[in-house]
Amino acid sequence: MSALPAARAPVAALDVEAIRRDFPVLERVIHGRPLSYLDNAASSQRPRAVIDAMSRYYETSHANVHRGVHTLSQEATDLFEGAREKVRRFINARSTREVIFVRGTTEAVNLVAQSFGRSRFGAGDEILISWLEHHANIVPWQMLCQQTGATLKVAPITQSGEVDFDAFAALLSPRTRLVALAHVSNALGTIVPVQRFIRAARERGIPVLLDGAQAVPHMKVDVQALDCDFYAFSGHKMCGPAGVGVLYGREALLREMPPWQGGGDMILAVTFEKTIFNELPYKFEAGTPAIADVIGLGAAVDYLEELGMDRIAAVENGLLVYANERLAEIPGLHFVGTAPDKAAVVSFTLERVHPHDLGTILDNEGVAIRTGHHCAMPVMDFYGVPATARASFAFYNTRAEIDRLVDALHVAREMLG
Amino acid sequence: MDLKDLYRDVIVDHNRHPRNFREIPDADRRADGFNPLCGDKLTVFVKLDGERIADVSFNGSGCAISVASASLLTESVKGKTIAEAEQLFSQMHQLLTRDDADVDVPSLGKLGALSGVREFPARVKCASLCWHTLDAALHRQEQVSTE
Repeated sequence: MSALPAARAPVAALDVEAIRRDFPVLERVIHGRPLSYLDNAASSQRPRAVIDAMSRYYETSHANVHRGVHTLSQEATDLFEGAREKVRRFINARSTREVIFVRGTTEAVNLVAQSFGRSRFGAGDEILISWLEHHANIVPWQMLCQQTGATLKVAPITQSGEVDFDAFAALLSPRTRLVALAHVSNALGTIVPVQRFIRAARERGIPVLLDGAQAVPHMKVDVQALDCDFYAFSGHKMCGPAGVGVLYGREALLREMPPWQGGGDMILAVTFEKTIFNELPYKFEAGTPAIADVIGLGAAVDYLEELGMDRIAAVENGLLVYANERLAEIPGLHFVGTAPDKAAVVSFTLERVHPHDLGTILDNEGVAIRTGHHCAMPVMDFYGVPATARASFAFYNTRAEIDRLVDALHVAREMLG
Repeated sequence: MDLKDLYRDVIVDHNRHPRNFREIPDADRRADGFNPLCGDKLTVFVKLDGERIADVSFNGSGCAISVASASLLTESVKGKTIAEAEQLFSQMHQLLTRDDADVDVPSLGKLGALSGVREFPARVKCASLCWHTLDAALHRQEQVSTE
């Protein structure tokens, strides 16, 4: 468990101190110490541009979308659909018909399970996931299996936390109806080389869903280059609002899929005998959407694009390399997940100090990290630990914050070790 | 907030050296406690002599607060009647959750060391898990979760 990721080629640096001033919450003082927010894999923070976009919308333009002919409704609709176009461009979807707004990654996966899977999977069919998955990419499939009689298959991982490609390929069978994989592991940070997995599945005509919740905030994602069929991600992990996310779907598949929820906005005409469903993407967006949150998500996309996803990835990789070096100095600290290609996530345990105690002691030092099972209990079981501590970095984090994390870990060792 | 109020010497000691940390193979009652938020898992074993708790122990894994609390629990309820143990549970519940707890802390002995937990709401479930588990064992439930 010693392989540390190598630094990538440098890209023009970001001015992190200037960036930090964009995030009001980073000025917080916690228990008398400056906040070191290292829990970005759970949820990132918002820049003022996102907060302002949402406030401005509420203060000047709020009305329901896709409905009235009055000015405000038209403005709200333009802002809302403008955000859809921003997201389309951001992930390089072919058309805005392929960009469906949902509550988050979890809802996106559930939508695919229930709309795509439920109507076409049956007894004996197989859904293939990996051992790395977040519960959001496990439980919806288990529920679908209960409903349809399909079987859930799980590709194993290696000790370093990488999905075993050969084992995965061996599990692809004529009965495999869908592959659903994390693009980046939330618990360990492993970047899954998904293109290889997608190619293997699609060569056999098997559609692929990617859980991109941890990937989209940290790297350039191009759904056409990936050639996946579905891609799910959340706003709140990419500096946008919570409660909004995106399901990208290949248009040909989305067209064939029945609506998931019925109601307003997803219809063209309703009588008591029959309803004609709306066109894509509205067919999957029943009810008044989270308008301000979608607009906020569009502002988050603008913000990230302005910084540049390549530069973001480079800054975060630098933080990861530094954190690995500093944490390796701490006696009794064990890294959990040591894949060579990782997002800026470090999962670890500290001998004789339970992660939950670490969480409290670090908080007292102003350092916010996640402790627990990270909604990935099978990953914890794989490593035989009840929980880990996880520090996860964003482009607005600094080496000084990693130093504070290390100092706080020494405090924990002295207190309980 | 002073962490020393949470991790008092008694707690640190009972975490490092938990008392009665063993299985009772011929236990009359046992129950599993689980705190899914942090992954704490405890099993509490009880050997009864009529209405009296002749022996009590625990094993499992958890954070310092949950291990120390369970260790202190075994020391404090051994030899007590079921009714007395339940009375103690009720006092501990108040101590851990209520600012206006009507509890005579000195009478609780070492258990009073857990009074600092109240100031850390995220940790109250850690301290109370063993008590809920003991209560479940005494009421012949086999599983309890604090979520």
